[in-house]
Amino acid sequence: MQRIGVFVCWCGSNIAATVDVEKVAQTLAQEPGVVYSTHYQYMCSQAGQEMIQNAIREHRLTGVVICSCSPRMHEATFRKTVEKAGLNPYLLEIANIREHCSWIHKDKLTATEKAVILGRAAIAKVQLNAPLTAGQSPVTKRALVIGGGIAGIQTALDIAEAGFPVDIVEKKPTIGGKMAQIDKTFPTLDCAACILTPKMVDASQNENIDIISYAQVEKVQGFVGSFSVTIRKKARYVDETKCTGCGLCTEKCPQKKVPNEFNLGLDNRRAIYIPFAQAVPKVAAIDPNYCTMLKSGKCGVCAKVCTAGAIDYKQQDQLITREYGAIVVATGFEPIRLDKFDEFAYSQSPDVVTSLEFERLMNAAGPTGGTLLRPSDGSHPHTLVFVQCVGSRCDGGEKGKSYCSKICCMYTAKHAMLIREKYPDTEVYVFYIDVRTPGKNFDEFYRRAVEEYGVHYIKGMVGKVTPQDGKLKVQASDLLGGRQLRIDADMVILAAAIEPDKTARPLATMLTASMDTNDFFTEAHPKLRPVESPTAGIFLSGACQGPKDIPETVAQASAAAAKVIGLLVKDSLTCSPCTAKPDELMCNGCSSCEKVCPYGAITYIDKPFRGPNRTTLIRRVAQVNPAVCQGCGACTVACPSGAMDLQGFSNQQIMAEVDAICR
Amino acid sequence: MQDRVMEKAAALLESGVCTRVLGWKTGEFFYDVTPAVFTSAEEVRTQMVYNPFCGPNLSKYLIAESRKEGKIAVFLKPCDTFSFVQLQKEHRIARDKVYAVGVQCDGMIDMDSLKALGLRGVTAAREVGDNLIVSTLYGEKTVPRREALSLRCRVCKSKRLNDCDEIIGEQGGDLPSDRFAQVEALEAMTPEERFAFWRSELSKCIRCNACRNVCPACSCEKCVFDNPGSGVRNKAAADSFEENLFHIIRAFHVAGRCTDCGECSRVCPQGIPLHLLNRKLIKDMNQLYGPYQAGADFDSKPPMLAFTPEDPEASIITNGRDGQ
Repeated sequence: MQRIGVFVCWCGSNIAATVDVEKVAQTLAQEPGVVYSTHYQYMCSQAGQEMIQNAIREHRLTGVVICSCSPRMHEATFRKTVEKAGLNPYLLEIANIREHCSWIHKDKLTATEKAVILGRAAIAKVQLNAPLTAGQSPVTKRALVIGGGIAGIQTALDIAEAGFPVDIVEKKPTIGGKMAQIDKTFPTLDCAACILTPKMVDASQNENIDIISYAQVEKVQGFVGSFSVTIRKKARYVDETKCTGCGLCTEKCPQKKVPNEFNLGLDNRRAIYIPFAQAVPKVAAIDPNYCTMLKSGKCGVCAKVCTAGAIDYKQQDQLITREYGAIVVATGFEPIRLDKFDEFAYSQSPDVVTSLEFERLMNAAGPTGGTLLRPSDGSHPHTLVFVQCVGSRCDGGEKGKSYCSKICCMYTAKHAMLIREKYPDTEVYVFYIDVRTPGKNFDEFYRRAVEEYGVHYIKGMVGKVTPQDGKLKVQASDLLGGRQLRIDADMVILAAAIEPDKTARPLATMLTASMDTNDFFTEAHPKLRPVESPTAGIFLSGACQGPKDIPETVAQASAAAAKVIGLLVKDSLTCSPCTAKPDELMCNGCSSCEKVCPYGAITYIDKPFRGPNRTTLIRRVAQVNPAVCQGCGACTVACPSGAMDLQGFSNQQIMAEVDAICR
Repeated sequence: MQDRVMEKAAALLESGVCTRVLGWKTGEFFYDVTPAVFTSAEEVRTQMVYNPFCGPNLSKYLIAESRKEGKIAVFLKPCDTFSFVQLQKEHRIARDKVYAVGVQCDGMIDMDSLKALGLRGVTAAREVGDNLIVSTLYGEKTVPRREALSLRCRVCKSKRLNDCDEIIGEQGGDLPSDRFAQVEALEAMTPEERFAFWRSELSKCIRCNACRNVCPACSCEKCVFDNPGSGVRNKAAADSFEENLFHIIRAFHVAGRCTDCGECSRVCPQGIPLHLLNRKLIKDMNQLYGPYQAGADFDSKPPMLAFTPEDPEASIITNGRDGQ
């Protein structure tokens, strides 16, 4: 006979204000098998835990149900509690009456009723719980960082510093990411390249770091401690080991009309190229979409001029499979496409640019050599209009993003200040909804733009930009002045919203890491575990988790590294005993479970079974490797005969819960 | 064709290629043809039949038969070979214990179609060219063969004989088939109409389990509906609505594995169009995850057991289909 104890937590007023905890405890005491039922202010407190332990000893409990917060919060805590009192930790069930009940209901009567039902389901389940014992799994002491921007570089450097090998996979031919494209950084106005490139060099020279550039993650298998990742290293048609990065080929290549993505298409590069002077690795790559040799087999100039003999037109994509203990996602961001914002004439005039394009126009290594010139005619612009929140903070999110892109206020203040500093003959207007400057020395920076540099900050939005007679007619409203403005501008700069990189979504699927509706990776806890994904062993670094500026990105990158190091120093991890288990007598041997298992935990054996009349039947049956199984349950659903069950979450237990709820 | 099948069966036994032959024999009535195992050429000559009423799909019998001693020869029509391949994909048939003879098929006749043509008291039927000469208690009638075809054969998806050791007649290919027309008609109904349709059809069910027992995809060692531990066994019998769900659950259990052989509807004594449930799922899967035919080959991945990042997500499916 089961002897179940029920413990209802008030969680201060979190639960008790909406749920009549005393009534819940009394009602659940009537359930079959329940021999003890009580309630207390904070079950997770020392006193609360002792209360549970005493009850286990005193009432010889065989199962414990705690009605409290989400098991994600305190299941581990309470498992330890019951274990110390001599009960198997898996004979504990938690009924979530906080997140699933008190927090979402207002009416005390209905919330109490629901709390009772949730408790009843947990009691029904715990009746069928079996004691389970956890095993151990090893940790591969190598980390993978996906994305080689400032976030990925910082995370990799910190992990490498701690003595663990780490690989950076970067989809572009060079690491550096968006920061490499930026001219100056706020709020100190130091040059981005000057602070980034030494870090890139550090990464390339660090013995523990292996940079796999021009590559993408193709497949991820395994779980925390032992991931197996397949990386596709794209053919760059240049032998990385031979290329010296002299750049001769990039000067001689006859194909000159390739839009230069590093300068956002504002100028052209050759078909063979090194993205920028400080690229790491400094190795050329051939763009197969433009190379005449690769397209038609006629040319071969680069191969002729290359003294190192590094050109290899026959190079193929290469698949690398490596084992990792932890994976850090640092896939970063992209500015949104501006197709839906044609009122700003972005597609109609080359003088309407995005802020990132503007970074290149101001950069000494950019297409204009750092002199601010209008893209249309190369003339010096006198009137410049900045439009904030293009696609950010959009209502409904239909046209743009509902969130604030966070970095635009600051970089616009930076741009405005730099223009006024270099070209005092200019008039600079900034149209904004709000100016948001939380951050160390940020507001001071913005005030300087307004007060010292005389930038015209106007609260209000630009309604329309019309290219006319070489000018951009800007129509806008000044909300504080209560008037309509018409400005003849030479250039308009749009602070385009930022969104996660397009590769993030398929990557999240491979990693089984969750994302929010905007495709930003979700953290395990928004406040307390901000650099971990809810998927064990997956960590988040930089803007892939949400819009961030450089200081914040670097801070998060180092935090993610700290978490990775904390994992990699362990020799083994305790695995969950909630793994799949086949009932061999019912198994058809059909391989359905094997096909859906993302961890490769299922194999088959031919096993003799006793048949009728002393005969032996050989049947193909599934075997689960409990060290590899992660208890995802995919196999239990795929199994046509219901032979596969998840320990701790068996079909019978789930059905018992459903029945208890529907009773 | 009939003679060639019988001769082949006898020859295979006599030459020792196999020790048993899986074929058909006449049941209570001449059209009531039943699967049977023959162990000698003599038995084949006296009992075995092959005629246009040999609808039953023999593939499922191979699960048990291929586990026995010695090799078994089997005669398979094109649609049966899809089940044959599908069962092999699920590791249910020991292929090395089977000698598969594919038989060219021009579609099978069934009694319901003859009755629909107004024929009563049928005692025999023979094929002459494109016609069927039917002997009845009231004299001989000639009907065009295609009008006597069973409903499933009228929308035949393929005449291809998959994975056979030998073929009698000619190898065929996939056919354009409008087998989803009825499903489309159901989809065009309002949810209320559709609910009423299925309630009325499924309420005829007497739970004889014939559909499950004949279905080549329903080949579990222990069916969940027979397993007290599964928690659904008693539920299905609890009330008529739960009872109806038996067929829905069964359709989901065979989703992605059903080859659309149509045996479920053929054997249903209550005439419930059970195959429509399976076809609806096949149609949906084709639409969502790309065309897939269970049992067509050994390499393709069943859509319900495969995953690609391009797979549509549930919420998107609903939005797309309901146009919300």
